[in-house]
Amino acid sequence: MDFNLTEDRQMLADTLGRFLSEQYPIEHRNKVAYEAPFHDPALWDQMVELGVFYALAPESAGGMGGAGFDISVVFEALGQGLCPEPVLAALMASRLLTSAGVEQDDLLTGARRYAVGISEIDAPYELDHIATAATAEGDGYTLSGRKSTVYGGHIADVILVAARHGGGLGLFAVEAHAANVTSYGMMDGGGAAEVMLDNTPAKLVLAEAEVALQDALNAGIVALCAEAVGAMEVTHAITVEYLKQRKQFGVPIGKFQVLQHRAVDMLTEIEQARSITIKAASELGGPEASRTASMAKNLIGRVARLVAEEAIQMHGGIAMTWEYSVSHYAKRLVMLDAQLGDTDYHLSRVMAGYAA
Amino acid sequence: MDLSYSAEDIAFGEEVRSFLAEALPTYISDAVRSGGELTKPMMEEWHAILNKRGWLATIWPKEFGGTGWSPVQKHIFEEECCRAYAPRIVPFGLSMLGPVLQVFGSKEQQDHYLPRILDGTDWWCQGYSEPGAGSDLASLKTRAVHEGDEWVINGQKTWTTLGQFADWIFCLCRTDPEAKQQAGISFILVDMKTPGIEVRPIKLIEGGHEVNEVFFTDVRVPYENLVGEENKGWTIAKFLLSHERTGIAGVGFSMQALEEVKALARKVRRGGKSLMEDPLFAARIAQVEIDLEAMKITNLRMLFKAQEQGAPGPETSLLKIKGTVINQELKDLARRALGPAATPFPGHITDGNLMFGPADTAHNAARYFNNRKTSIFGGSNEIQRNIVTKTMLEL
Ligand SMILES: Cc1cc2nc3c(=O)[nH]c(=O)nc-3n(C[C@H](O)[C@H](O)[C@H](O)COP(=O)(O)OP(=O)(O)OC[C@H]3O[C@@H](n4cnc5c(N)ncnc54)[C@H](O)[C@@H]3O)c2cc1C
Repeated sequence: MDFNLTEDRQMLADTLGRFLSEQYPIEHRNKVAYEAPFHDPALWDQMVELGVFYALAPESAGGMGGAGFDISVVFEALGQGLCPEPVLAALMASRLLTSAGVEQDDLLTGARRYAVGISEIDAPYELDHIATAATAEGDGYTLSGRKSTVYGGHIADVILVAARHGGGLGLFAVEAHAANVTSYGMMDGGGAAEVMLDNTPAKLVLAEAEVALQDALNAGIVALCAEAVGAMEVTHAITVEYLKQRKQFGVPIGKFQVLQHRAVDMLTEIEQARSITIKAASELGGPEASRTASMAKNLIGRVARLVAEEAIQMHGGIAMTWEYSVSHYAKRLVMLDAQLGDTDYHLSRVMAGYAA
Repeated sequence: MDLSYSAEDIAFGEEVRSFLAEALPTYISDAVRSGGELTKPMMEEWHAILNKRGWLATIWPKEFGGTGWSPVQKHIFEEECCRAYAPRIVPFGLSMLGPVLQVFGSKEQQDHYLPRILDGTDWWCQGYSEPGAGSDLASLKTRAVHEGDEWVINGQKTWTTLGQFADWIFCLCRTDPEAKQQAGISFILVDMKTPGIEVRPIKLIEGGHEVNEVFFTDVRVPYENLVGEENKGWTIAKFLLSHERTGIAGVGFSMQALEEVKALARKVRRGGKSLMEDPLFAARIAQVEIDLEAMKITNLRMLFKAQEQGAPGPETSLLKIKGTVINQELKDLARRALGPAATPFPGHITDGNLMFGPADTAHNAARYFNNRKTSIFGGSNEIQRNIVTKTMLEL
């Protein structure tokens, strides 16, 4: 057993971390995160150059990584820097293209931006109730339906859409300009889109896509969990530092035992969150991937909320302000519960496993 | 013991309901329902409507133009207002300064300021907190120096809620820097138009503007703007904090939030069913509902006790702690129920067809984040626990 990162991964984590803290200070981050187009093309290109995207795909698909731990190091760094760029969308698209055996150079080189349309209003988390449907038309297909909160849909060139097809789910590629895309910013920064498909031309990528979709979701969950761990580390560190600096009643508030113990509880939970993320990352691609991903996402959902709320509370008013970075970390930590299945959804999946 | 309302209370409830049905403008209740920020004219209009009916100052004695209601009547009124989506009463003049002037103010101050609070001439804000003085309010530094027949004020207040709309601010100022902390503080009324005052907005976590910084540079106000005795402001501050706690449990607002969460859970679909049919989510709702049911009674018990004793006691701290936790949990559930649909930044999606679900579900994430304030302000929940530890447990 070895809990250390390989040298390559450590190097990528360090480089990306340094890059984000130097090029992406919170003021700039907030500008990008909350002002249209909710995206910084220059930074995106630099991330391509740093090899971020290559790290997300396996060698067989033209990448240099693609394992659970490759994904988690990248996303932990993104979480530390509170990066609002839709790298998650690129990861999930890459994962799907790899499963489909479709060439993805344009994704890895950053030439074209991908988003993934799975979620729908009435089926935000579950694959079973997707309503968007494909119809064969000539040698191609058309899609009809609405994909909701498509993360990264605001800047995508191509959207990979999950749609009902031949009794199951198929995966289709839609050119963004062919669909009706409404972009918006999100509560926690970054952009998404509503994608309305109305007999929209689409290319079949994978006919029976359930397994590939589940794998992309599992990879996405590992990514989100690692992002949360990164964001929690920073949030906790800032909070502890504040407890040392802020004085009330003539002493640093960190001298109050009630706050000390809660800071310790946060730390304990963050360590637990890190562990379950490591577990899920190690199982990615294997038979236990879905179960451990669900366990991880459930625990992360609980811990991230605790850390966000406690960080604000223990700061007092200051962390309620837009000026202070903890408010933005807190928003990200809470809102990521609603991505790729929330606490309850994943708890019910773990529970469903007992019946099987 | 008898938990039922008397015939008079029931009749009173009906009277309140029919008044609200008639008098509360739909555009205002719609604004409250949709969870956005209320405009100043909306809040003023609602105050004026209540004032016309004589129901604005629910915690003032009759002699000052208040309702003189019993705790149960206040409770019924609050509950009905929440049910009807009436705006909250802006508390600074009515719930804070009013009672202070009634107890500590001179006859002249009472005659001058109280009617102006009722008729909306003066919008007040609260100038207590400073950057360095939050929980430890008594360490405040804003300095007021007695010069001739004036006070000269220098310093900074912060977190001043709705100060951007205010005509006046009531301030705690240090008037004797030599005295022991609590002993050198005075309570002074300041016209916001006085030269030397600058108000700067603070943007909150969800992007809204409700709090401000207020800077004082050589601000001169008449000496008679002092309320009570010089250097006795701390007594007033403590009195006011206990009044700030009436209604602190926010039971009515939590009942409103509970209904909203239930409605959302019935509307939202997950796994081919309504979210309400998901036992995990239903359990979350049921747990808060149980807490809230108990809180309604706890609240009434403590209101009665306050009435018997003539003033709210330290038990109100328990109301604040549990009341805010319940309310925050409900706000969490609303956000949770919507899932990704709570994600768009409020106001970004303007196309009604693209709104997630019905239009009245927007703002749920924003409200959740904004509401984290309730366990911080008015004495944080940690400070409330300290109060109970000292006063009730004598530890
Ligand atoms: C949205 C909002 C609106 C507000 N409106 C107003 C207003 O209109 N007028 C006004 O005057 N003020 C207002 N306030 C200020 C509010 O009252 C203060 O934020 C509050 O008193 C806490 O002070 P602080 O923010 O400086 O936190 P601090 O006092 O620095 O506290 C930081 C943390 O330490 C904890 N802590 C402090 N002392 C102790 C202790 N002895 N034991 C254990 N824990 C402790 C606190 O509970 C908190 O968790 C508002 C605040 C907010 C957020």
